[in-house]
Amino acid sequence: MSAIVQFENVGLRYGLDSETLSDVSFTLAGGGFYFLTGASGAGKTSLLKLLYLAQRPSRGVIRLFGEDVVTLPRKRLPGFRRRIGVVFQDFRLVPHLSAYDNIALPLRVAGMEEGEIDAPVTEMLNWVGLGDRGQARPATLSGGEQQRVAIARAVIGRPEILVADEPTGNVDADMARRLMTLFEALNRLGTTIVVATHDLPLIAQVSGAQMMRLDKGRLADPTGSLRYPPRQQGSE
Amino acid sequence: MVSRADRRAAAAARHRLLPGGRVAGPMLWIIAIMMFLTVLAAAAGLGLGAAVQSMSADLAGRASVQVVEANPQQRDQLAARALTALRGADGVQAAAAVDPALLADQIRPWLGEEATSGDLPLPALIDVTLTPGDVDAKVARLRRLLGGLSPALRIEPHAAFLLPLAGLLSALGWLAAGVVLLMTLATGAVVVLAARGAHDSHRGTIEVLHLMGSTDVQIARLFQRRIGLDAMLGSALGFAFAAFVILLIGLRLSATGSELLGAVRLPSISWAVLALLPVAGVMLATLAARWTVLRALGRAL
Repeated sequence: MSAIVQFENVGLRYGLDSETLSDVSFTLAGGGFYFLTGASGAGKTSLLKLLYLAQRPSRGVIRLFGEDVVTLPRKRLPGFRRRIGVVFQDFRLVPHLSAYDNIALPLRVAGMEEGEIDAPVTEMLNWVGLGDRGQARPATLSGGEQQRVAIARAVIGRPEILVADEPTGNVDADMARRLMTLFEALNRLGTTIVVATHDLPLIAQVSGAQMMRLDKGRLADPTGSLRYPPRQQGSE
Repeated sequence: MVSRADRRAAAAARHRLLPGGRVAGPMLWIIAIMMFLTVLAAAAGLGLGAAVQSMSADLAGRASVQVVEANPQQRDQLAARALTALRGADGVQAAAAVDPALLADQIRPWLGEEATSGDLPLPALIDVTLTPGDVDAKVARLRRLLGGLSPALRIEPHAAFLLPLAGLLSALGWLAAGVVLLMTLATGAVVVLAARGAHDSHRGTIEVLHLMGSTDVQIARLFQRRIGLDAMLGSALGFAFAAFVILLIGLRLSATGSELLGAVRLPSISWAVLALLPVAGVMLATLAARWTVLRALGRAL
């Protein structure tokens, strides 16, 4: 499969601090399923921010969908962002919008007709088990429910890349399994999945997934090839 | 084909992206006050401009001939000769002696009853209306003509008397225009500050929209619409109140019975110009909001 994401010697520095990410190089194949692990503060969220175009690197090259996004003009970024779904660690639900409207947001941003929005949003609400909470505001939802809304919002637009930062952090084991099943289903449909997590048992659930490990802002494998795929790890 | 209901639903959904209520705090009331003052200043400028124009039109072709002669009989004879000469002169449309009783009435408030006792020698006056054209040349010709009759005859164009007043009114008109300009700039500045505040307080929502692929223009539209609506309401309030005050002042001016103050009035075209001010205010606010939000968004990735 062709490369959908390429990082070449990417470095990221916030202000005058030392580099949060250093010399990060890797390639993700389109349609792959990847886990990003590492201790807290290793740089997982920073790497994901570069991936979902919330941040530009201080150095290096990032190619998404075959284009260099580091030098990409600002006005072209929205088109790329619409191809990426994001589950934020802190959910980032719009507080004054209902769960329904939060989930519908990517479709509306993409300009989908209002009449075509209801069916997929309702289906997604049902799928994440919030069929009867569509009109609830985020503040009235539990942490787990908010996370499910965030996940539904990230996947509803059938993104080409789905980036999830600790997506199962606030849900029970059953919901975590269901989420992974959804991610796998999306993956089978061709979506490239990148999940940052501490949850190693979760990684083991997904067959065929590969793992990247970050350690103090550097990929643990200096060659940049992806190591520690779960099955191999289990067989070792 | 997209139905009207669908379009309405889409618009309502878009409008929900920003929370209900005012996005820019008390801006509505500030704009209402600004518009009130702007309309009043503009009305003053337009009214004074109309007064200057009316005064100029009234006075441009008129002159007064004074017969400064202490002897009443000689004064009357001289006035009659002057009147005959003026009526036959080139460039004079009409000439009429001012009724001495009217003259006495006009000076009585300053000089008291002595003004009409006959002890005080009052000049006789002849009101001259000139034909349209070069007033200065005609007045110079008439001055020569009257000088040939008697040195006691003096002619003065009316414009010369009221030139300083017309200058003052004109200066006040320009001052009013300056105030309108300053109020416009201040309104723009208020909207810029309000839009910046609104942008800052909705930064979280904007960031999420951006990361989902919203363009800067899509986001700016949300703010410009809301701020435009606030500006529309504020402008309408300010204009309505200012119009009420202008009508009230107009009634008061008419009640004075003064010809001079009566000249300060607003013709229909001026009302049309005033009615355009709220429209211009809304456009200014909308554009200022759009520009501010686009600039702020441009600083983010």
